[in-house]
Amino acid sequence: MSTTLNPDSLATPAKPRKLTVGTVLFWLAVVAIVVFCLAPILWQVLTSFKVNEDISAIPNVYFPTRFTLDHYIELFTRRPFMRYVFNSALVSVVSTVTCLLIGAPAAYALARLRPLGGRIIQAGILLITLFPGILLLQGLLEIVQAFHLGNRYLSLIIPYTAINLPLTILVMRSFYEQLPRDLEDAARVDGYNTLQMLTKIVMPLTLPALVTTGILTFIFAWNEFIFALTFITEERLKTIPVASAQIGGTSVFEIPYGPIAAATVVGTIPLVLLVLFFQRQIIQGLTAGAVKG
Amino acid sequence: MTATKVNTIQARYRRTGLYLLIPAIAVLLLVFAYPIGRSFWLSLFDQNLGTGLEPVFAGLNNYDRIIGDGRFWQSFWVTTRFTVITVVLELILGMGIALVLNQAFRGRNVVRTIAILPWALPTALIALGWTWIFNDQYGIANDILLRLGLIQEGINWLGDPLTATVALIVADVWKTTPFISILLLAGLQSIPGDLYEAYALEGASAWQSFYRITLPLLMPQVIIAILFRFAQAFGIFDLVQVMTGGGPGGATEVVSLYIYATAMRYLDFGYSAAMVVVTFLLLIVAVVICTVLISRYRSRTRE
Repeated sequence: MSTTLNPDSLATPAKPRKLTVGTVLFWLAVVAIVVFCLAPILWQVLTSFKVNEDISAIPNVYFPTRFTLDHYIELFTRRPFMRYVFNSALVSVVSTVTCLLIGAPAAYALARLRPLGGRIIQAGILLITLFPGILLLQGLLEIVQAFHLGNRYLSLIIPYTAINLPLTILVMRSFYEQLPRDLEDAARVDGYNTLQMLTKIVMPLTLPALVTTGILTFIFAWNEFIFALTFITEERLKTIPVASAQIGGTSVFEIPYGPIAAATVVGTIPLVLLVLFFQRQIIQGLTAGAVKG
Repeated sequence: MTATKVNTIQARYRRTGLYLLIPAIAVLLLVFAYPIGRSFWLSLFDQNLGTGLEPVFAGLNNYDRIIGDGRFWQSFWVTTRFTVITVVLELILGMGIALVLNQAFRGRNVVRTIAILPWALPTALIALGWTWIFNDQYGIANDILLRLGLIQEGINWLGDPLTATVALIVADVWKTTPFISILLLAGLQSIPGDLYEAYALEGASAWQSFYRITLPLLMPQVIIAILFRFAQAFGIFDLVQVMTGGGPGGATEVVSLYIYATAMRYLDFGYSAAMVVVTFLLLIVAVVICTVLISRYRSRTRE
């Protein structure tokens, strides 16, 4: 996707240092977008650093004079939050790697080796990208119970891998199709078998695509809620979204807003970093997945 | 001789291809095909506390029950309303954002990064943030509205059926508009710029060129976005579960929440399976309609 391509379509093209109504409106729109996207996050960040009196002050305190790390300290000392971070990280990373290990060869097969039934498989793959988790929950729960996977990481890793396979396969396939065939022919002549060719030549060449789809899988796995809520009931195995949603006070009237805000900040930091560093790959992966569909 | 050799090589490639596909297919069958197939099968049985959790063949009884189940239709209506309103709002907002991000301006990359941020963050955590914003006592939503003089006293946002729905819609629009604007932005970038120039030479206004060029050429992307969002919004769970839990009084109970409660709380597995089947079939119908629409638009723009 080229970012240089730019049809100056709607607003009058902004000429430097010439203030027109159009440019003012345009910049107002830009500011509005930034505020719209950031304000709720910043409010949560601010809450997480406020002292309790400021959190429950009426009217609201927008510019606190006192800041505290207490809410963060509470998360990591009075609750096993480190453990939750570890659980989320482990499940997400393993799901991502497994998804790529299974998905990339499958995508290559669909792109090059023309297996029987390839088209049907592809159509099926497209369809299932649309299924919401609730449709699968009950059946998966039976599988989890039958194989005694409850309260094991595997009960999350398997569905996360599967749910991201369709997108991985679609995106990787389109990358493999763009790869010059000569390379693979040359490798064949040199006596590489398909597996060697994949691991030694094709995969390294398509590393950017692997990164793109891997990031999308990671984001999904880190964010997933309904399976994590259902299959994991043991406190020390919970992932961040579920654990954070279940932070409660000793009574209904005592909801610990500070720690909740701190938990949301801790849980979102890894994803904010991912977005900061891989903005382009994320956009590329999302659009590739959707355009093929 | 050589012909058979080529044939065997091709056959070998095909076999290797199949081997490479098998792990993926196995995982997909396990996680997608089995649960869906199982729901179809189970929906023909009563399996609940009344039958001692043993499956008892019931024919189409469960589907009969759905037809007369006011709570299901209530949740169906809640979900449909939520889906339609959010998808329309997200399309309008997303289109606006995509048009802005498609212009060349200083700091565009930074703004693009910011604009996809909401989409990437965990819904459950975002829902916690919005719950806090809409808090009836300390929420910033009330504070801002009070300061602006739009309301006289604080609203109990999540405690009233109408305002709870509004709060959910706001949170969802915030969270998923970025997704739509990314899809639309990709579509905008694939429209050649000289098309606009030619049209502008004929004296078309900005609005006309948007209406006559941008919108028709963007239609496939719009339909894809609608389809994706329709499926996601219709199966929404985490946002509602965290923000309202379906309350107050079931006013925001979406289909997936009802299905979840039926299976996990009432242990009425046969009935929840039937509801899964109905939801599944609805999604299939939506997919078919959208596919037909897309191919029609593609063939029209090619002419």
